[in-house]
Amino acid sequence: MKPNLMLRLGAVLVGAALLSACQLGTKSAKQEGYRGTGMDQITLAAANKKIDPINVVPPPPYDPPKPGGKPAREAYQNVQVLGDVSEDEFSYTMAAITQWIAPEQGCNYCHNPANMASDELYTKKVARRMLQMTRNINTNWTQHVKQTGVTCYTCHRGQAVPTENWALPAKGNPDTILGNKHGQNMPLVSTAYSSLPNSAFAKYLLNANSAPIRVQSKISHPSPADKTSVMDTEGTYSLMMHTSSALGVNCTFCHNAGSFQAWNMSTPKRVGAWYGYRMVRNINGEYIGTLASVFPKHRLGPMGDPLKVNCTTCHRGINKPLGGVSMVKDYPALRPTAPMVTAAAAPAPAAAATKMP
Amino acid sequence: MAYQNIFTQVQLTHAPEMGIGMKPGSDPRGTAVGFNHLFGRFGQAQLGPIYLGWTGLLALLCGFTAFEIIGLNMMASVNWDPIQFVRLLPWLSLEPPGPEYGFSPIVPLAKGGWWILAGMFLTLSVLLWSIRTYRRARALGMGTHVFWAFISAIWLFLVLGFIRPMFMGSWSEAVPFGIFPHLDWTAAFSIRYGNLFYNPFHALSIVFLYGSTLLFAMHGATILAVGRYGGEREIEQITDRGTASERAALFWRWTMGFNATMESIHRWAWWFAVLTTLTGGIGILLTGTVVDNWYLWAQEHHYAPAYPSTGVIDPALGSKGQ
Repeated sequence: MKPNLMLRLGAVLVGAALLSACQLGTKSAKQEGYRGTGMDQITLAAANKKIDPINVVPPPPYDPPKPGGKPAREAYQNVQVLGDVSEDEFSYTMAAITQWIAPEQGCNYCHNPANMASDELYTKKVARRMLQMTRNINTNWTQHVKQTGVTCYTCHRGQAVPTENWALPAKGNPDTILGNKHGQNMPLVSTAYSSLPNSAFAKYLLNANSAPIRVQSKISHPSPADKTSVMDTEGTYSLMMHTSSALGVNCTFCHNAGSFQAWNMSTPKRVGAWYGYRMVRNINGEYIGTLASVFPKHRLGPMGDPLKVNCTTCHRGINKPLGGVSMVKDYPALRPTAPMVTAAAAPAPAAAATKMP
Repeated sequence: MAYQNIFTQVQLTHAPEMGIGMKPGSDPRGTAVGFNHLFGRFGQAQLGPIYLGWTGLLALLCGFTAFEIIGLNMMASVNWDPIQFVRLLPWLSLEPPGPEYGFSPIVPLAKGGWWILAGMFLTLSVLLWSIRTYRRARALGMGTHVFWAFISAIWLFLVLGFIRPMFMGSWSEAVPFGIFPHLDWTAAFSIRYGNLFYNPFHALSIVFLYGSTLLFAMHGATILAVGRYGGEREIEQITDRGTASERAALFWRWTMGFNATMESIHRWAWWFAVLTTLTGGIGILLTGTVVDNWYLWAQEHHYAPAYPSTGVIDPALGSKGQ
């Protein structure tokens, strides 16, 4: 009888463990809001200690040079963005960029070795626009990137094309049910494996004219001003699931689940996220979007648009990219303290450092 | 006699029990009868004879048609690939028409027309089946409680897929057919209308749902506990001392001072189950038609507490756009 009982007990315990979907390891819970509102963040203590190598900041190529010296625009030809930094600083920044973006291909990934000043390679034109973008983010989007700032590495992580990107989804024939999933119902990372619409990035993160994210009514009763459908809400839900998985946090990191809408119940983190969405729109619309004609075909998505960024591109599963380490402090060329001079040098309409919305 | 339960039940082999004769003018009843030992472990070992009738036949046909429309649409969405169909089944769906079609009954098949057809056949199927439960109950001289309970469930089903979309003037408000898609719809619905937990009818529905499980647990446990005295069978000795019924009644009177009766416990359970979908349907129907943001409604009516402000201010205030 005894061994039989033990066997049964064991079977019940194993069954219970399988059904509980439990995550092994010590957790730590931190209360982040008013008591009784479920505003807490639960993290796996062991997971916190283990850091993914992709989220480790690489060391500088060599010791940062001392300030001073001839400006780069006098030392080299055709320096349109970093002309105001010193010659030494310029070389140091170039060496770092090579390490971050094309560690195997080297300088020749962007430059013609016979004439470094030449713009004949498309990669050089892209790199210039990206430098303008990085400087814009570090000076004009501090509500999101704070003083931590960003560098090329925040997105690139040693890859010429950041691995976490998106493009406009291919449009099927809407007049047939054959092979038509209506832009949803696929287990994709971008929708956190839900069956929610996968066009949320295209809808909300394309450029400054993207659709409003908010869906809830501002008054309690129906009014002509609030006509968002449940179908449209699924798009916002999809975007939120993306952000949640991109940052490795739950809804309550920003929101009080009692009212996702109410700002006076939200955490200050939500303000950072609000600026983040607008920053991503700015990056995708004003910087990457303007390069559509510069990129060769094999660098474009199925609809012929360049590969764009979302929350995951920088965050990579943690709420502070690269563990919150400020990388840009070692690369002052990427964070101009003086008023930006890039506007005049940038290609036509996308030039102006975009004003905050 | 030793008490019996599903583990010790003796299964007698006997000639099939064919039931009472049919009323004149009834459709013919089936004659196929069988015995299954496994079925006997969970209920009656005898299978059949079944009475299908025209309501049962049409209900099955309509249900099958709806099932096929949904399944074939899902299969078409993966280009008729059986492997992808199985692999992606939980994600696949048949979506209602988009907002551009309003509540028009004429929608191209590929753009939601199939959804309307599937919904129509499914509705016909459950309504016909409910008529069947009414007619079979009457044929046996029973009350029609099963029919009314089923109608309560159909009420919620129709509110979700037809009545509320009609009031909202848009098919796009309806629920898609699909495993994950209908769950995502449910969450999106709550998000859109400012958290359904602040909807008092949603709260009532939950009370009756959870109450149903509690009552079922209490009743099931009570009857099983007096099974050793034949509690599941006794009727005529019900007022006698020491019977299973008296023990069951005393148990609850001793435990919580009050006991239901053999009749009233079933009335309790029936009303709890029926009110779950009845109140749920009312809650869904009011959402978007009368109340557009349940959180704000609850604050205005002092229905939910206002928590201290976190001091966070909407960054969109004072800037254009949102």
